Amino acid sequence: MNLILFTFIVLLGFTSYYFGRKKAYKIQSTKKRLTALPQFYGYYLAIWCAIPAFIIFSLWAIFEPTIVKLLILSDYSNQGYLDDELNLLYEKSKALSRGQFTGEITPFIEASAEKYLSLRSIAQSSKVVIVLSAIIASVAYAYKRISSNSRTREPVEKFLNAVLFTASLAAILTTVGIVFSLIFQTIDFFKVIPLFDFVFGTHWYPAKAFVRDSSEALDPTMYSDTFGAVPIFAGTFFIAFIAMCVAIPIGLMSGIYLAEYASTKVRQYAKPLIEILAGIPTVVYGFFAALTVGPFLKELGTSMGLEVSAESALAAGGVMGIMIIPFISSLSDDVITSVPQSLRDGSYAMGATKSETIKRVIFPAALPGIVGSILLGVSRAIGETMIVVMASGLAANLTLNPLESTSTITAQIVVILIGDQAFGDPKTQAAFALGMSLFLVTLCLNIVALRVVKKYREKYE
Amino acid sequence: MNKNKEQLLNKRYKAEQRFRLYGLSAIFMALLFLTIFIFKIFSTGYSAFQKTWLIVPVTFDAELMMLDQNPSKEDLQDADYYDIALKSMADLDPNANEDQENELKRMVSYFFEKEIKNELLNDPNLIGKTKEVYLTASDDLDQVFKGNYPRDLPEEQRRVSDYQLKIFDQLVANSKVESKFNISFFTNADSREAELAGIASSFMGSIFSILVCLMIAFPVAVLAAIYLEEFAPKNRFTDFIEVNINNLAAVPSIVFGLLGLGVLLAIFQLPRSTPLVGGITLSLMTLPTIIIAARASLKAVPPSIREAALAIGASRMQTTMHHTVPLSMPGTLSGTIIGLAQALGETAPLILIGMVAFVNTIPGSPMDPAASLPVQIYIWAESAERGFVEKVSACIMVLLGFLIIMNLFAQIIRHKFEKKWS
Repeated sequence: MNLILFTFIVLLGFTSYYFGRKKAYKIQSTKKRLTALPQFYGYYLAIWCAIPAFIIFSLWAIFEPTIVKLLILSDYSNQGYLDDELNLLYEKSKALSRGQFTGEITPFIEASAEKYLSLRSIAQSSKVVIVLSAIIASVAYAYKRISSNSRTREPVEKFLNAVLFTASLAAILTTVGIVFSLIFQTIDFFKVIPLFDFVFGTHWYPAKAFVRDSSEALDPTMYSDTFGAVPIFAGTFFIAFIAMCVAIPIGLMSGIYLAEYASTKVRQYAKPLIEILAGIPTVVYGFFAALTVGPFLKELGTSMGLEVSAESALAAGGVMGIMIIPFISSLSDDVITSVPQSLRDGSYAMGATKSETIKRVIFPAALPGIVGSILLGVSRAIGETMIVVMASGLAANLTLNPLESTSTITAQIVVILIGDQAFGDPKTQAAFALGMSLFLVTLCLNIVALRVVKKYREKYE
Repeated sequence: MNKNKEQLLNKRYKAEQRFRLYGLSAIFMALLFLTIFIFKIFSTGYSAFQKTWLIVPVTFDAELMMLDQNPSKEDLQDADYYDIALKSMADLDPNANEDQENELKRMVSYFFEKEIKNELLNDPNLIGKTKEVYLTASDDLDQVFKGNYPRDLPEEQRRVSDYQLKIFDQLVANSKVESKFNISFFTNADSREAELAGIASSFMGSIFSILVCLMIAFPVAVLAAIYLEEFAPKNRFTDFIEVNINNLAAVPSIVFGLLGLGVLLAIFQLPRSTPLVGGITLSLMTLPTIIIAARASLKAVPPSIREAALAIGASRMQTTMHHTVPLSMPGTLSGTIIGLAQALGETAPLILIGMVAFVNTIPGSPMDPAASLPVQIYIWAESAERGFVEKVSACIMVLLGFLIIMNLFAQIIRHKFEKKWS
């Protein structure tokens, strides 16, 4: 129904564009000068058609459900129902009217469902009438106003400018959305679990806190010693550290080689090939780590008399390191190439070899940029999810042995939130608190890294 | 003195060579990882494109099927096929006892009844006759036939019994086992049985998510890029927007999953597990990528174009919409495709909004529950059955294939249509 109405409105828009332009042509044929191109008169009318439609649609979307709910629940007022029960009744009648209700059908609910349906159809048809009449009225008004000296280009361009501006707010809205979705759950979480226990506790065992009946009063003593995030944070940084141990030497050296030594031909082929590593989905790396690297390390360890877990931190971290190689190699390649040639020439003139020039002159000059690229790599490693979920353990061990399994922030979020969640359960809230800490940590890393890279760029530009 | 100098020089040259070697070996290592990786995926995955069939003689006995004479089409639909299906499997070994008959039944997929039914529906004249019918082998036998299953394990550790292997070997010797291209891998939805599981449902889920993502992210990102590059005044606020965009591009994807869960599902009450929610979440993730690409390509349009248009009386909006934006489109489009390719490979946010649900129907719209290709990889990879290992690799091959095609497409657009300003 809404789709048909929408199509109809779009058609109306096109028609009004056509009429606006036609009127402009007509004015033009009377040898009067127009103040804008004829199309603008068309756009002008089309905007007058779109704006009221948009306003009414959004008002309807916001207010219709609440009003319908109020009208239906007015039948039950003064009968001593609690708010929750009223909500439940409303949901039940809604489900029944859609034919999805499976519980016991009482006459009350049936009556409400019928009322719901009739209200919905009244709302629907009045929406059609109101939207169409509003459009016709506003278009007619605008059409009347069109004359040779009416300004149409300015309002049309102002409107477009406003649309562009709104679109550019999307990035801010997304950030606000992220903070918004994380912060309330996090605050609720810290109402139950003291911040101190979360940050300094060493036992993470959220499965213990699973509450089956949410109406049960929350007993804080039940959760003491279940939400200590130290093992999780330690595991996260530990795996990230292993990853960087793989990624930094290989990434940095290949970046240096590509920038300073490689012939154009080698560079042309090697660079995109290495970048393929960055384009492979992380779930594929996870599968690779779990199926190939994990068992391989275990076998290797057993043959050397070591006890290696099949889901070791080493497997997850190592594969994650491979994933991060291209980030570091590409960025450091860019950074090194942008070091001015004069620095190199100066060093060569003093008789330094190429490697000495790189180590003593270019590397220090490029260091801020390289540090920036490494920080971005660390932020990737901390936020990486699928490799850890698939290849490392899901139980949080506080260990510094790379051959044992550990868990990370991201893996714990997935473990907690996979399947159905009950909002209001401290276990679910714990996932959001972890998400908040992840967001804050990566945000700081990113801001610092981007600053450093930007400063560095400005230095040599 | 002179000798010392020469030694020092030699040492320095050696160090130079060593350093160079380090660089070369780093590149070599990176490429080696890539090769091992691709080799491993292909070597485990290619066999999933073949499917093993057992050719079993089936007697379409009207009595066993509870059919009258001259049955109508509906009668054939409703007839009882289970008994003849069971009988034809049991007939493979006339001396089988009851346990063994059960084992014989488990040599084929539980779909075998339906396969026999389809055979008869295609040719109703078969009633009373015997015909050799292709039945899907169970995933364990499938793996045995492909050589992926160790036959020398002790019997208790195997899912295939000695008896099943004996019968199977007889069938192989009589060339009653055949391997054919696995069409059902592409046409079936997910299934708990590895031999029947296919990627159709997750594939459609991916397509729908990507379409939703494209429809939201592309217009918003392009409009935002136009504003920021062409119209925005240089002030604190636009700087803030810019910092925001750059940060969003580096926020871990799982955080977007939390956003989808906390806002789209909990507040806006959108339906769980659907490509609609998945697509919206992915679009928020892709937005910064496309904005950055679109801004870069707008920036690459030389100012002379703008000045020329302004000089002959075009307004700023006209200049932008008629000249700058069309010229920047190739770069924007290729950036969009690369952003979509990233979104296509994304798993974690989709898991959080519930797209890991087991879906055994093919979704028909973005409002139906679905999985997506990477999530399907995750689901199968977590499954213990041996038959799923090759399926995972095959699914990865399909996914990588799509990513390669998308990236090539982006390259082609960039090289073919982008104007080089000199």
